[in-house]
Amino acid sequence: MSMSDFVILEGDYSSFTKILEKLGRDSNAKLVFLLDKNGQQIASTGDLDGIDPTSLASLTAGNVAATEGLAQLVGEQEFSILFHEGQNENLHINVVGGRAILLVQFDERSSLGLVRLRVKKASVDLSAVLEDIEARSEAQRAATVGSSPFSEITDDDIDALFS
Amino acid sequence: MTFINYAAREINCKIVYYGPGLGGKTTNIQHIYDRSNNGNKGKLISLATESDRTLFFDFLPIELGAIRGFRTRFHLYTVPGQVFYDASRKLILKGVDGVVFVADSQEARMDANAESISNLRDNLKQNGYDLDRIPYVLQLNKRDLPTAMDREELAAHLKIKDEPVYDAVAVKGSGVFDTLKAIIRLVMLDLKNR
Repeated sequence: MSMSDFVILEGDYSSFTKILEKLGRDSNAKLVFLLDKNGQQIASTGDLDGIDPTSLASLTAGNVAATEGLAQLVGEQEFSILFHEGQNENLHINVVGGRAILLVQFDERSSLGLVRLRVKKASVDLSAVLEDIEARSEAQRAATVGSSPFSEITDDDIDALFS
Repeated sequence: MTFINYAAREINCKIVYYGPGLGGKTTNIQHIYDRSNNGNKGKLISLATESDRTLFFDFLPIELGAIRGFRTRFHLYTVPGQVFYDASRKLILKGVDGVVFVADSQEARMDANAESISNLRDNLKQNGYDLDRIPYVLQLNKRDLPTAMDREELAAHLKIKDEPVYDAVAVKGSGVFDTLKAIIRLVMLDLKNR
């Protein structure tokens, strides 16, 4: 496979969560949600009541992918921000560190300006964590060529999945 | 690109159903949704036109048992089969771990099958993958139609490597879970051997 697997450890998760919690507080957001560009949820804070996180992740990733396709059609590398304005709820979506997507849901208690400002700072912090993960993956790949954490999986393990 | 989350003890894999328009990709996913236990499946999302043709993708997350202490989750996607949605197909292949090709057994659709496989190869390549190496299962769908081609002849035309081949009648559900199990097995073996 040409692309590396995305491996998140306990420490990464708590780093992400801390940054998201701060962003949620500073921007008065209802929900802050981090996912990878392929539509897998990474971490979130805030109010997920009534929202299916898996659907949210998949549709957000599809949305960003389609927008990137549009950008390239008109000669841009990417449109860095997506903003959806509803009657009560708004979504601010941006790509972080080239690999992840940050989604912020907010209502009239916040504003687009405030969210943009706080997202900028949080994006820098999130990118740093993502870079650490990337560097660690590179180092691990070099150290353990040909093996993976799941190299011990047996046929029985796989059969058991379907039982 | 498998997503391994040690914090949540989860492995997430992405499987894409590919193939020509009206071949039964969405029907496969719909059947899996209908027949899976509530605890194992998430919401089925269909981004379709008013006439139920897939516009962007269908998406169904399913959860199987644990492996080595990790919950296994598979995200099933279909692509829009119609030729002019190529840009969307390319996007959906990003980060794919395994591909199911749903072929239409009718003789009149042979060219469409072949064109779709060739399109799959190109789109995988543009995403940095090689069709000859990625986990891949061939499903021969619509086997019950009187216009269906001879199985051996069809398989001989469409096989590209030593991939498993399954007969299916997706509207009746036959062959759907066999195909799914086969691709999951290949994806897990690929994860093991990486």
